[in-house]
Amino acid sequence: MKNQSLTNNIDWICIAIYIVLVLMGWLNIYSSSLSSMEGTADKQLIFIILTIPLIFIVLYVEGKFYEKYASIIFGISLLSLVGLFAFGKTIAGQRCWYGIGSFTLQPSEFAKAATALALAKYLSDSQINLKDVNRQIQALAIVFLPVMLILPQPDPGSALIYSIFIIVLYREGLPAWYVWTGFITILLFVLTLLLQPQYVILLALAVIVFIHIKSRLGDRNLVLSSILFVLISGFVLSVNYVFTHIFKQHHRDRFNILLGKSVDMKGIGYNTNQSEIAIGSGGWFGKGFLEGTQTKGGFVPEQHTDYIFTTVGEEWGFLGSLVVIALFVGLFLRVIYLAERQKTKFSRVYGYCVAGILFIHFFVNIAMVLGIFPTIGVPLPFFSYGGSGLWGFTILLFIFIKMDANKVNEW
Amino acid sequence: MRKVLLPTLIIIAASLLVIRLFYLQIIDDSFKLKSDNNAIKIKYDYPERGYIYDRNGKLLVANQPSYDIMVIPRDIKDLDTLEFCQLLDITKDDFLKKIAKAKVYSPRLPSVFLAQLNKSEFAAFQEKIRKFEGFYFQKRSLRDYQVNFGANVFGFITQASEKLVAKNPYYNSGDLIGKQGVEESYEEILRGIKGVKYFQKDKYNREIGSFKEGKYDTIAVQGEDINLTIDAELQKYGEELMINKRGGIVAIEPKTGEILALVTAPSYDPSILVGRQRSKNYTLLYRDSIANPLYDRALLAEYPPGSPFKILTGLIGLQEGVINEQTTYVCNHGFSYAPGRFMKCHDSGPRQLHTGIYNSCNTYFGNVYLRIIGKYSNTPYAVDVWSDHVKSFGLGQFMGYDLPTGKKGKIPNSKTYKKMYPGWGYSGKTIISNAIGQGEIVMTPIQLANMMATVANQGYYYTPHIIKKIKGETIDKKFTTKHVTTIDKKYFAPMISGLFDVYNLGTASALRVEGIDICGKTGTAENYAKIGGVRTKLEDHSIFVAFAPKDNPKIAIAIMVENGGFGATIAGPIASLMIEKYLRGKITRTDLEKRTLERSLQDRYAKLGGQSEAVKLEMRMRDSILKSKTIVPKIKTDTTK
Repeated sequence: MKNQSLTNNIDWICIAIYIVLVLMGWLNIYSSSLSSMEGTADKQLIFIILTIPLIFIVLYVEGKFYEKYASIIFGISLLSLVGLFAFGKTIAGQRCWYGIGSFTLQPSEFAKAATALALAKYLSDSQINLKDVNRQIQALAIVFLPVMLILPQPDPGSALIYSIFIIVLYREGLPAWYVWTGFITILLFVLTLLLQPQYVILLALAVIVFIHIKSRLGDRNLVLSSILFVLISGFVLSVNYVFTHIFKQHHRDRFNILLGKSVDMKGIGYNTNQSEIAIGSGGWFGKGFLEGTQTKGGFVPEQHTDYIFTTVGEEWGFLGSLVVIALFVGLFLRVIYLAERQKTKFSRVYGYCVAGILFIHFFVNIAMVLGIFPTIGVPLPFFSYGGSGLWGFTILLFIFIKMDANKVNEW
Repeated sequence: MRKVLLPTLIIIAASLLVIRLFYLQIIDDSFKLKSDNNAIKIKYDYPERGYIYDRNGKLLVANQPSYDIMVIPRDIKDLDTLEFCQLLDITKDDFLKKIAKAKVYSPRLPSVFLAQLNKSEFAAFQEKIRKFEGFYFQKRSLRDYQVNFGANVFGFITQASEKLVAKNPYYNSGDLIGKQGVEESYEEILRGIKGVKYFQKDKYNREIGSFKEGKYDTIAVQGEDINLTIDAELQKYGEELMINKRGGIVAIEPKTGEILALVTAPSYDPSILVGRQRSKNYTLLYRDSIANPLYDRALLAEYPPGSPFKILTGLIGLQEGVINEQTTYVCNHGFSYAPGRFMKCHDSGPRQLHTGIYNSCNTYFGNVYLRIIGKYSNTPYAVDVWSDHVKSFGLGQFMGYDLPTGKKGKIPNSKTYKKMYPGWGYSGKTIISNAIGQGEIVMTPIQLANMMATVANQGYYYTPHIIKKIKGETIDKKFTTKHVTTIDKKYFAPMISGLFDVYNLGTASALRVEGIDICGKTGTAENYAKIGGVRTKLEDHSIFVAFAPKDNPKIAIAIMVENGGFGATIAGPIASLMIEKYLRGKITRTDLEKRTLERSLQDRYAKLGGQSEAVKLEMRMRDSILKSKTIVPKIKTDTTK
């Protein structure tokens, strides 16, 4: 039984969804490239064909390999990110590619999988207890190391992805207040931009006083409540400061347009406005494959990469979009289900990471296209044009499929 | 619990996306309409722009039809370029350039190919327009000026800039918009709202009827007519008097703040900015940086006001109680206000408020100012008290009138001097030039006129404005709100009697008009220019302010003539003539009128860098217009220099 075929025990549901998504992605790239981006569909087809050997290699490698060499893979990945500062190729102001001839490789797409492996490896030690502050710091360090290297490229989109690891760590025992802090931070951030900082501070004061009185906290906790208030005020003021002084105008504009504070149909708001028009014109059933007038007209910029979902929305309509979303959600839930039934902590954590990473890409990308998230460069997994992205996501997913197939051999 | 978080997040997030999708795709159908812009043709129906009348209902600005040739570059097919160019009277080079430009804007959206053809230019082309696929015409209405004056008051109409089109969703490429003057400040009222009609097109780009039975169509709303406060006769007369001079005139009705005339010179005939020649003409005007005919001197030219400011010095002195009407200072061709410091004066003898004002005595007002600033031991405080009095006349700030340009002028306060004299004390003596309207004080002609209106009203003014009536609307409340100064009414009477004697006994006694009681004040403003790299003192700017009649003022006026010399030589006569024209409708002092009309300062201006071609052209045009219409005594334009 040792020499079973590669395909034995693998989860066909995941693979089926994967194949459907990749093919759907290619059809949409084909459609959106007809007007202006000739050749992109052919290139993407080559990328897709090249995933087949890639998948076989991933499946062929012994399941234990990934656990054994996780640290080394992580190390190499970090080195590749560091190397960008010296050898990186700058495209559109971002230094996040290696150029090999006309071919470019984006190491941050692979760093996600490497980080997931490293985190899984770290947490798989049964000695590790995330209630311990030192352990918390070490675990978070693994996540922040690549973020620190990616942020200055600058590639805030890729960096944003790493926030999902907090949820994974929470699953493995990280105290809940981390998640709460993250949630409240985002809430305060948005509120500060929407309202004047002084109102947000007043609001925070009211809420803290309310909670303090309501839950009959004593004098000792008064100090705690005060510190909390000072922290929140400090944060709100610094957000305001960062927004008005450190952010560049185009960053500010993205938020202002999203929050409805400014309207600009032809300038900065153009992308979002056009993508909303394209999607909105789809209606229930869409205009049909290759029939999208907005897609053909080339109104939506970056339509084959970050804005690929607009083609889905326009040509396949609400029902088509619903199918795509359902497929993605099905994949995520399937991976989580598989992760929970893993026998080793390593593969469970890794599976969780896979679901999380794919999910946050999915959500941020589509939310941006639908105009409920600021414009930020995050690809839609399996859909967006680009070799690095496609391969990164494929490797990420198939390593887990391999682990899952291996579980029968464990113990 | 910990296991549930991620799946829950996924479900919530996905639901959010589905709800948003449902909203975009199913509920909100405005996106659908927008996307159909390929399948739908939009036609605009441009309403006629509102007419502009003067205060007496005389029509000043009407409309004429005009035609823009529009192009959609993508749709051009089998064009007979030669015939096309001949019909439109353009060269092939022009043609190629314009097409290239349109393509840059957008190959599939319409842009203006050739703008503002008049009826006859368009007629020949119209017959054959069917042959030229990709081209169509857009009818618009253009201004038809009934008068050859008032260019600065009206402003002009021009195509909205690409920047504005991008910013303001109302305007499309090629749409017209008012610039400068009332065309700009009352753009939205004059313009109306254009109507939109949607037509369904088939795949061969043919119209096949109204889109959804006109469900989304809107009807054009006509622009409203407006009446200006301008008196056409007075405005015209003012511009004629200013021919061959540079400067500005502002006349205000004190009781209401209505602007009766707003003259800047040199100016231009508003009709030269209409039609196919407009951009050529505009460039000429725009490039003339020396005479600067597009620059409204009446609103924008800032100068130290000189002697007219003595009126305020006197009033503040009375109000602060540091002088009374009997307070006397002896002038000895000036006075020594500090060891080694002497303020010169053309005058001599004992002076009181009355004699001081009509003789324009520097000594008298220098002393009054020293008293004002010396009233408080804290000099900065005293300066602020003085500054607040002055500012209550609407000076040193944007007045809030309804014309799109303006300058604040400058009235110093303690902060100004803290910056100028950091670290060491200053006193009234340091800043004594303010007494006589020099030093740090700067004002525009309209501010001067408003100051005179305030004096005429004995202590209040209404924000000057140029709108009298908008059909179907009331004018802005701020123009009917009284602004009261910090000077008590009783102090104005002695000042006004002094100003009256400026005409009877004082510096303007040669300018009296029999039967009209005019109160006025002369002024001069020193000025310098670099000529050949050397700072040279030029002839003073001639300034004159006045109001009349003394007991029931109907007009307050300020005149500024660049390099005109002493106030009574050029600005003064213009003031007298304007006042007589407005109050009587005719001129009795024809000698004065003839002299003033013929007076040319072009030789003086020539020193500043010569007279530009544009001005010469303009002057010839005006000259010929005046001759052909022969309204007033003929004008001889000095074009020899």
